[in-house]
Amino acid sequence: MTDLNLAAIGLDVLFKGKNLARLIGGLGVALKISLLAVAISIPSGILLGVLMTWENKVVRFFLRVYLEFIRIMPQLVLLFIVFFGSTKILKLHVSGELASIIVFSLWGTAEMADLVRGALASIPKHQYESAAALGLTKTQTFFHVILPQTVRRLLPISINLVTRMIKTTSLVLMIGVIEVLKVAQQIIEANRAKSPNAAFGLYLVIFILYFLACWPISMLAKYLEKKWKV
Amino acid sequence: MAEPLLFVEHLLKQYGDKVILNDINLTVNKGEVVVILGSSGCGKSTFLRCLNALEPIQGGTVRLGDESITHDSKNLTDIRQKIGMVFQSYDLFPHLTVLGNILLAPTKVQGRDKAEVKEEALALLDRVGLKDRADSYPAELSGGQKQRVAIVRALAMHPEVMLFDEVTAALDPEMVREVQDVMLDLAEQGKTMLIVTHEMQFARAVADRILLIDDGRIVEDEDPEIFFTAPKTDKAKQFLNLFEFHRPKKSK
Repeated sequence: MTDLNLAAIGLDVLFKGKNLARLIGGLGVALKISLLAVAISIPSGILLGVLMTWENKVVRFFLRVYLEFIRIMPQLVLLFIVFFGSTKILKLHVSGELASIIVFSLWGTAEMADLVRGALASIPKHQYESAAALGLTKTQTFFHVILPQTVRRLLPISINLVTRMIKTTSLVLMIGVIEVLKVAQQIIEANRAKSPNAAFGLYLVIFILYFLACWPISMLAKYLEKKWKV
Repeated sequence: MAEPLLFVEHLLKQYGDKVILNDINLTVNKGEVVVILGSSGCGKSTFLRCLNALEPIQGGTVRLGDESITHDSKNLTDIRQKIGMVFQSYDLFPHLTVLGNILLAPTKVQGRDKAEVKEEALALLDRVGLKDRADSYPAELSGGQKQRVAIVRALAMHPEVMLFDEVTAALDPEMVREVQDVMLDLAEQGKTMLIVTHEMQFARAVADRILLIDDGRIVEDEDPEIFFTAPKTDKAKQFLNLFEFHRPKKSK
């Protein structure tokens, strides 16, 4: 009876062989790509974001071009450019995973830089002025007055960026990376005859897995937003 | 014996071609309370901001004692420590407590001992009636309380001159008084102050000297009693008329 019900919604394949472990392994690959990219994006995004608020027009122009380019391009196209482009044009062998990490870092850096720029720009002018009137130097003003306020504004929104990056890694199967979605497709293919409903069951499981990965992060963002409301 | 402290000579302030302040000359003595009046846009706030070089000036000099104050002078942060300023907008740092706001500059800029400054800060807070709010965040305070903290924050740097830029203009009417009382108290203690305000009664009460700025120039520099009762210039008469109401009561 139970077996029958599981098969009806295509969940029976989940418990065949090592399928569940493979799925979780696939999620691990997705998380590894996104978390490595996050680890690269956040510091470089902060750096570029600070540079974007500088007066220097040349620096600002190039950063703007970089940001707009990355944002206009669909992530999938970026993945193709880096993955196939590196092989064909640069004659380098870049694995799908490495190409994904590169693309997600470029994308995450651009997004993070824009968040940092926005957060810095949102600090009112009189915060700088009252710090100056107290005799704080520009460096002291930045570290004691501007940065702490920026970080408070930034943390919740940059955590949301992290969840967006995790979700978007589902694209990397298109360049042959065996992540959770690809594993599911393999399992569905292999069981097409015996379990025609496997697609429903497996995608449902993937939904739950992504939810479990992103929901706590999302909750953290909400919590911080509430706690640091200025 | 008057001891001159702040000197302004031929100050010129322009935004592009537009002249905001033209040939301003002023000497403020130690312990003097100067109230600067004028209609909106006359340049009085800009004048105050030129005194601690928040605004660069295009001509003339500003000196505190022997030190000249210019936007690009190397010791600008040193001089600014000697000039306390309180603004119209609530300029407290929202991520720091009241005490954190007060301690920041004395400890980081002047390198003073934290415990010593804290003791002083608490004493100052007590004087403005806010000792129990030392650990509150600015968001938890009323407008009047924030301005009193802002005054204490400036005082904790032991400034030689205090600048007040319309500090009660953004407050609800019932909170204006509590801030003005603090300023009157400072005047009593002999602080050198320059105050920009729109509150005439307060100006009259606190000032040793009234300056009227009109169209970027000082048009009257007078003792407050004379200024308010027998102004000498037409500009001053016109200005004071703005605060008078003449409405013939209808007879029933």
